[in-house]
Amino acid sequence: MTTAEWLDIGWVDQIPVRGSRTVQVEGGDDIAVFRTAEGKVFALLDRCPHKHGRLSQGIVHGGAVACPLHNWRISLATGEALGEDKGCTPTVPVKIDGGRVLICRASTLKAAA
Amino acid sequence: MEHRPLKAETDMREHLVVIGNGMAGCRAVEELLARDPTRYRVTIFGAEPRVNYNRIMLSPVLAGEKCFEDIVINDAGWYADNGIALIAGDPVVAIDRETKTVTTRGGVSESYDKLLIATGSDPFIIPVPGKDLPGVIAFRDMDDVDTMLAAADAGGDAVVIGGGLLGLEAAHGLTLRGMKVTVIHLMPTLMERQLDEAAGWLLKNALEARGQTILTGADTAEIIGEGKVEGVKLKDGTLIPASLVVMAVGIRPSVALARDAGLAVGRGIQVDDHMVTSDPAVLAVGECVEHDGQVYGLVAPLWDMCRSLADGLVEKPTGYRGSVTSTKLKVSGIDVFSAGDFSGGDGCEDIVLRDASRGVYKRVIVKDDRIVGAVLYGDTADGGWYFDLLKKQEDVSELRDLLIFGHAFAAGGGAADPKTAVAALSDDAEICGCNGVTKGQVVSCIAKGAHSLDAVRGTCKASASCGSCTGLVENLLALTLGDDVQSGPKTMCKCTSFGHDDVRREIVAQGMRSIPEVMQKLHWTTPDGCSSCRPALNYYLLCALPGEYVDDQQSRFVNERLHANIQKDGTYSVVPRMWGGLTNPTELRAIADVVEKYNAPMVKVTGGQRLDIFGIKKEDLPAVWADLNAAGMVSGHAYGKALRTVKTCVGSEWCRFGTQDSTGLGVKLERMSWGSWMPHKFKIAVSGCPRNCAEATIKDFGVVCVDSGYELHVGGNGGIHVRATDLLCKVANEQEAMDYCAAFIQLYREEARYLERTAPWIERVGVDYVKARIIDDEAGREALRARFLYSQSFSQDDPWAQRAEGAEAEHHAPMARFIPQGEFA
Ligand SMILES: Cc1cc2nc3c(=O)[nH]c(=O)nc-3n(C[C@H](O)[C@H](O)[C@H](O)COP(=O)(O)OP(=O)(O)OC[C@H]3O[C@@H](n4cnc5c(N)ncnc54)[C@H](O)[C@@H]3O)c2cc1C
Ligand code: HEM
Ligand code: SF4
Ligand code: FES
Repeated sequence: MTTAEWLDIGWVDQIPVRGSRTVQVEGGDDIAVFRTAEGKVFALLDRCPHKHGRLSQGIVHGGAVACPLHNWRISLATGEALGEDKGCTPTVPVKIDGGRVLICRASTLKAAA
Repeated sequence: MEHRPLKAETDMREHLVVIGNGMAGCRAVEELLARDPTRYRVTIFGAEPRVNYNRIMLSPVLAGEKCFEDIVINDAGWYADNGIALIAGDPVVAIDRETKTVTTRGGVSESYDKLLIATGSDPFIIPVPGKDLPGVIAFRDMDDVDTMLAAADAGGDAVVIGGGLLGLEAAHGLTLRGMKVTVIHLMPTLMERQLDEAAGWLLKNALEARGQTILTGADTAEIIGEGKVEGVKLKDGTLIPASLVVMAVGIRPSVALARDAGLAVGRGIQVDDHMVTSDPAVLAVGECVEHDGQVYGLVAPLWDMCRSLADGLVEKPTGYRGSVTSTKLKVSGIDVFSAGDFSGGDGCEDIVLRDASRGVYKRVIVKDDRIVGAVLYGDTADGGWYFDLLKKQEDVSELRDLLIFGHAFAAGGGAADPKTAVAALSDDAEICGCNGVTKGQVVSCIAKGAHSLDAVRGTCKASASCGSCTGLVENLLALTLGDDVQSGPKTMCKCTSFGHDDVRREIVAQGMRSIPEVMQKLHWTTPDGCSSCRPALNYYLLCALPGEYVDDQQSRFVNERLHANIQKDGTYSVVPRMWGGLTNPTELRAIADVVEKYNAPMVKVTGGQRLDIFGIKKEDLPAVWADLNAAGMVSGHAYGKALRTVKTCVGSEWCRFGTQDSTGLGVKLERMSWGSWMPHKFKIAVSGCPRNCAEATIKDFGVVCVDSGYELHVGGNGGIHVRATDLLCKVANEQEAMDYCAAFIQLYREEARYLERTAPWIERVGVDYVKARIIDDEAGREALRARFLYSQSFSQDDPWAQRAEGAEAEHHAPMARFIPQGEFA
């Protein structure tokens, strides 16, 4: 199920609440797909702006994820590091359609490259 | 039912035909009549055999608070008075746009000049076996209510599938009608589209208190029964008996007619700002439409739509611009309100107020000085006010500090500064509701030398219970002392004003059972905590409720979630358990095979006498564990805040200096204590003589064997701050060494703060305290030991074996793979 602009990656329910799953991009970094306590879904490059920790492995709270390596907090909506830390992870637009998660193809390629 | 007040042949006006005698269809006609009562001749087709009624009031009808007559919006007289022909009980089955006619199932045809489609929504029926059995119904119209009332008369069990607004209202009604109701909800939180976790938890509690059974995270497998419904079976095998099953899992815009007629249809019938479809002669309104990519499932947007539609019909177009919606649950005695966006996110600030004694949770989400969302539970009086500020996009920076207290407070004139507000209180004003402490008492307690929050809590008890008045007490301290306030106790994290010890004491004292419960009762200031407090609370609950508390995986650090250590390149290292540091050819061979099979780039002997396999990919973990399990090895918990290793020397078995069987004791200690979760990692060592080759005196618990018995040492640490152990005592035999070890571990588990190793813990409480608890208090020691062993009876499941067998398998695999330019699998 691939449309020109959006990649259908699966059901929303496949992502644990306050957790995440990844999408492998051949030849590039993974994309991490998060689902918050309120059920919002976000996609970011699975790479912390600090020292490339796997954000998909962090603890999700509110609208942020805490990186598993050194606990930087990264905004899921913008990819920006929160608080005192400075840095940004590329984000990938997401839309939900009939329970399916779609991520933007162009941004996925750009982020993962 | 048919009214034909005017002869169609002689009436030369434009003919407006409406399909759908529901809320939007009739409202649209009302709006039109209000603008120009004579311009159109109107005919309404309705599938339901009755006049127009208020669908949202079906819930009170079901609950017995209203009857059908009470909820009729337009009775037969209205149709007659306004010259409207109503053809009810006969659905339209076709639209012919060429000839501009509609045809009903009964064969009635009408031609139109303008057609308005207002067909609403169809309930979504989940495609499980048994969905068509008699007794399985939706909750959409009066017929459904009649079916439910008939079933309720017969009594028995009902299952409602879907814990959203509709499902909960159905469950409430059926409960009041005497049925025993179980709600099955797929998601972990009730009404998750409208409520956050905290409010959802309160709601679940309140409904359970009313006798409903609420199963969250429950997935329906099939509906069973011979000839009629007899029960519902869940995917986990649970069987729930039921003579009535109500499906309330969602609605889909009713678009079949429009699609068959070739109109543009997306999720709904696509309309422009004037509710005109892709055919200029056809309009659509209500739940069946999609406007600007949005579909709605509530009535408020319909009113806005109908206004724009009528403006267009009389050629004074205004244009609909979309709606912001708010929700209230219509279950008497339970007040829930939600509006706007509460998913948090960037630049959003949460203002949270919790009042456990009143069962209140309020959360307002502010972004760029504007309210973007609100969730209220228990006290929804200010819902309208917040919603109004939200819709008007008003700047709330001036109100910021008092916003959460509600309209009355925030609008209270000059007292816009909390400190001024507190200063203005009389001495008799109650500050702490839990302990009944007045402002005068707090001030005098501060004057007598309580110069910190902790000291105030210790002396007059203000803010020592639920903590909701902490802000008031802090303001009183600041007012009374100026700059002399001593900083308070170190709080657990920024989400709470309580320290670790307070939280823990309250968890036990109040018998709390879940993370959302702790957050509510102790007035957490964030909706779902943070990465500091969530793992700590998870541990405290796990420790307090062995065998009962269900671990929250999303509150654990990645290593404990994946049972392996994440390395800086994102791969994992795997350490199998080797009891007491012993191994054998089978194990070594299995390890060697794993290293080769999964291309592990490195194997290292650790400081704890184990083998560490590096560079394993996340998705290979389950297979690696399966291979290691097959050779008899279990998880070494090298990733956990848990017992890590028991290091031993060769002892009396081999060494010429050995006094006791240090290796054997080490193995026994490891078998006893593996798998237990602790505040932090915990290491044990056993040396066979004072030469201490196993370095027992820098371990959390160390045994040094001597001729006459066993010296027990505690609180040692390697690492940055090396600390040699304190000698706890000497015991005579192995059994005593084991018993004391178990008691010591349990004391540490119950009393140390999360992430506090034994060394700083003992420095904090003093070794004499530990001695008093373990040595002097024999009964206490025995109780500690018993509690440890009881808790261990639940924790010695090999997490690897469960996952190698497929538990949580999906969390190790990527959700999808994307191969650019190629296929997407
Ligand atoms: C139990 C319940 C409680 C609710 N509570 C609330 C609430 O508290 N707050 C809130 O905002 N909203 C609530 N709603 C939602 C609200 O009722 C709907 O948003 C609203 O009714 C939608 O109006 P509509 O005219 O688009 O659809 P409807 O009111 O469903 O009207 C559509 C009508 O069209 C008829 N129809 C369909 N196809 C045909 C056809 N081919 N020919 C002829 N007729 C046809 C249908 O029979 C129906 O009568 C509730 C809904 C239910 C069921
Ligand atoms: C003459 C007496 C000693 C003998 C015969 C002896 C023997 C041994 C043996 C057999 C081991 C291997 C234990 C095992 O891992 O199974 C060992 C390890 C060790 N010994 Fe000794 N030892 C002696 C004295 C000492 C002394 C005096 C020290 C310290 C000051 C010491 C420190 C160590 C250490 C640190 C280890 C390594 C433990 C480990 O990490 O595995 N030894 N010794
Ligand atoms: S600690 Fe004592 S018994 Fe153990 S190996 Fe060293 S010398 Fe031998
Ligand atoms: S790599 Fe993410 S915090 Fe260091």
